[in-house]
Amino acid sequence: MAEFFSTYLPSWLAQLVTGLIQCVILLHVPLVGAMFFVWVERKAAARIQDRLGPTRVGGMFGWLQLLADGLKLLTKEDLRPQEADAMLFRLAPYVGFCASFTVFLALPFSDGWVVQWLDVGVFFILAVLGLEVFGVILAGWASASKWSLFGAMREAAQVVSYEVPLGMCVVVPVMIAGTMDLVAIGRMQEGLFTNWFIFHDPFTFVIFFVYFTCGIASVNRAPFDLAEAESELVAGFHTEYSGFRWLIFYMAEYGSMFIVSGLAAILFFGGWNGPIPLADLLGLTDANGELAGYLGRFLGMLNFVFKSVLGVTVMIWVRWTVPRLRIDQVMTMCLKYCTPIAAVMFLGATLWTYTFPGGVTGLRGTPYGTVRGVSAQRVELSDLTPATEDAEGAAGEGSDNKPAEEHAGDVAAAAADGEAAAASTPSGPLSIATFASSRARSR
Amino acid sequence: MMQFLAQPVGAAHYLLVGAVLFVCGVICMTTKRNALGVLMGIELVLNGANVNFIAFSQPALRADRGLALGLDGQVVAIFVIVLAAAEAAVALAIVLNFYNNHGTVDVDEADELKG
Amino acid sequence: MDAINWHTFFFLLFSLVACAFAIAVVLSSNIVRMAFYLILSLAATSGLFFLAGADFVGAMQLMIYVGGTLVLLIFGVMLTNQGPYTMLKSRGDSWLLGVVAGVGLLALLTYTALGVRDWMGPTEEQLAETQLAFAQPSATATPIGNALLGIRVDKLNGGNEPDAQQQVLQGGMSGYLLPFEIVSVHLLVVLIGAAHLARTKKRSDTRST
Repeated sequence: MAEFFSTYLPSWLAQLVTGLIQCVILLHVPLVGAMFFVWVERKAAARIQDRLGPTRVGGMFGWLQLLADGLKLLTKEDLRPQEADAMLFRLAPYVGFCASFTVFLALPFSDGWVVQWLDVGVFFILAVLGLEVFGVILAGWASASKWSLFGAMREAAQVVSYEVPLGMCVVVPVMIAGTMDLVAIGRMQEGLFTNWFIFHDPFTFVIFFVYFTCGIASVNRAPFDLAEAESELVAGFHTEYSGFRWLIFYMAEYGSMFIVSGLAAILFFGGWNGPIPLADLLGLTDANGELAGYLGRFLGMLNFVFKSVLGVTVMIWVRWTVPRLRIDQVMTMCLKYCTPIAAVMFLGATLWTYTFPGGVTGLRGTPYGTVRGVSAQRVELSDLTPATEDAEGAAGEGSDNKPAEEHAGDVAAAAADGEAAAASTPSGPLSIATFASSRARSR
Repeated sequence: MMQFLAQPVGAAHYLLVGAVLFVCGVICMTTKRNALGVLMGIELVLNGANVNFIAFSQPALRADRGLALGLDGQVVAIFVIVLAAAEAAVALAIVLNFYNNHGTVDVDEADELKG
Repeated sequence: MDAINWHTFFFLLFSLVACAFAIAVVLSSNIVRMAFYLILSLAATSGLFFLAGADFVGAMQLMIYVGGTLVLLIFGVMLTNQGPYTMLKSRGDSWLLGVVAGVGLLALLTYTALGVRDWMGPTEEQLAETQLAFAQPSATATPIGNALLGIRVDKLNGGNEPDAQQQVLQGGMSGYLLPFEIVSVHLLVVLIGAAHLARTKKRSDTRST
């Protein structure tokens, strides 16, 4: 696109315009997505509770309800408690939203359709997704309200703890793929749905469910929405927020839900590859011209968005079906169940790929060949930086390279270990008890 | 300004950023009396050092390409990050312990070893 | 104007953010705001890492430093804060000492950083090469993973003959397997030690509050 604009504009302006266009398109994913998901949530919740939900606004199914909701929120007064820390109170929603939005930079929507192609895509997405917690913590702190503060403390404890099992779950498909590049991971699952990583071996099948549980917990959805438990904490961290800033919190939440489901779609469900390679069957590949390739990718994008929306819908379904856990149950779930299960599954998946490199039947094409293709392609572009030279060296090693490839996963595991060391110091419920008593003492 | 924007940056510019972070960390460590403030100063200092490691690891940032640290610089930076996380965990545990015993986190109050 | 160097542009952006918020950390007297400024400063630093082609380290900085360590710090701040929005007071003499030491150090570091011609950036001849190098996405995760396990694939580029490669591979000291193991054990020790230190005990009655 930059080339297209640079025929009309000076090159620096062309780059700028291209970047802005990509940003605006991307910004619509969380914004429009959030509006759509709010509507879906209202309808789904109503159906689960044997109601109808919005029916009037906009005619059929109340599909304009989301617009009415948005207008109502925009016209609400932007309140701020007198005791609040003004700057942090105002900034906090944007911190959360920025983190949630930044993730979309590295999320591929189709084969190669990604704003910034990162070699460490999975790692980057997990890292930035973890930053969203700052919005909540700062909001809770700056509100000068005990409910908000309790919500923020719970959120901090919960998110930091759940990053550990989440990271370990993500490491398994990364280890199988031998790369953290999301585009390469998606490409490896081309073909029939049996190539999806969830059907790779029994361990990945189990770990997907652990991942999804931890994902729900890390984006603070029910049954893990302790930070905004309305039966205990009024509305948790956003008790004092109203109008537009509250809306921003919600958009960040729905954006994160989309990201977690999208990541699941890429890591376990083949990303933009449908259950049957429809685009290939129809001849919509790059081999048949640029337009055909474009259409094939567009089909892939629809596939990916459908899978992600499906994931979000399941989260909504879970929210209105399962009752909320207590904070100690949330912590038990993380530290006593999710983390050990994820660790065992990681070990199992490692042994499995070691024992059956080509799958049980031996028919599965080794995914490593695909990685070779990708990295070799990228090395051809330049062999200047030591980084790409390394990739070339790795590619040059040839057949005995499989164990080497797995190390990328090990590094991520090491990172997760470091995280564990850092995270587990303030053990959740205990710290909150200490905190409560210290607050009580200071009064 | 526009002139500078057209020029490539070198390792020296990264080193300057690292120096500013480092010095900010040092001043933060000397002036804050809150133990957590001191800890934040330490984080800044470690980051300043990390910026230097990364700057020296990239050969494209300097004229003498062959002398760049390459991957070694990045690996050292990773070790710094991991050890800083461990250090923060231990320091925080100590601070919490101190707070439990003394009801304050002021480092000037920690003078029991004077006898 | 046409030849705007985007690497320089983003370097300026990230470095200004990093430095400005680092200074804000020093000048702020509200500890939660300090933590917030520190978040922004460290996030901008990770941007610098990405810019310098160390994408794995940059992501690691975001994940462990910003996402882990700083959440922990804020947690600590909230656990140990006695009242809402307590202001930190610093003594005048520590300011004097800090500023004198800091300015001296800054002068020394600036002098050193700017003293070497080769560090000032690529020469005119290397310009095109540099542009090309930064235009490519960097891929450092796999080589770093290999290096941590003692296999330095990045050192293999010199000779393509198997013998030379074998020599490099058997060099032994070129990888980071031992430091990696030491760090793992260290983390385990820290995990246990920190949990032991921070566990709740019966509070002593000598507290001053």
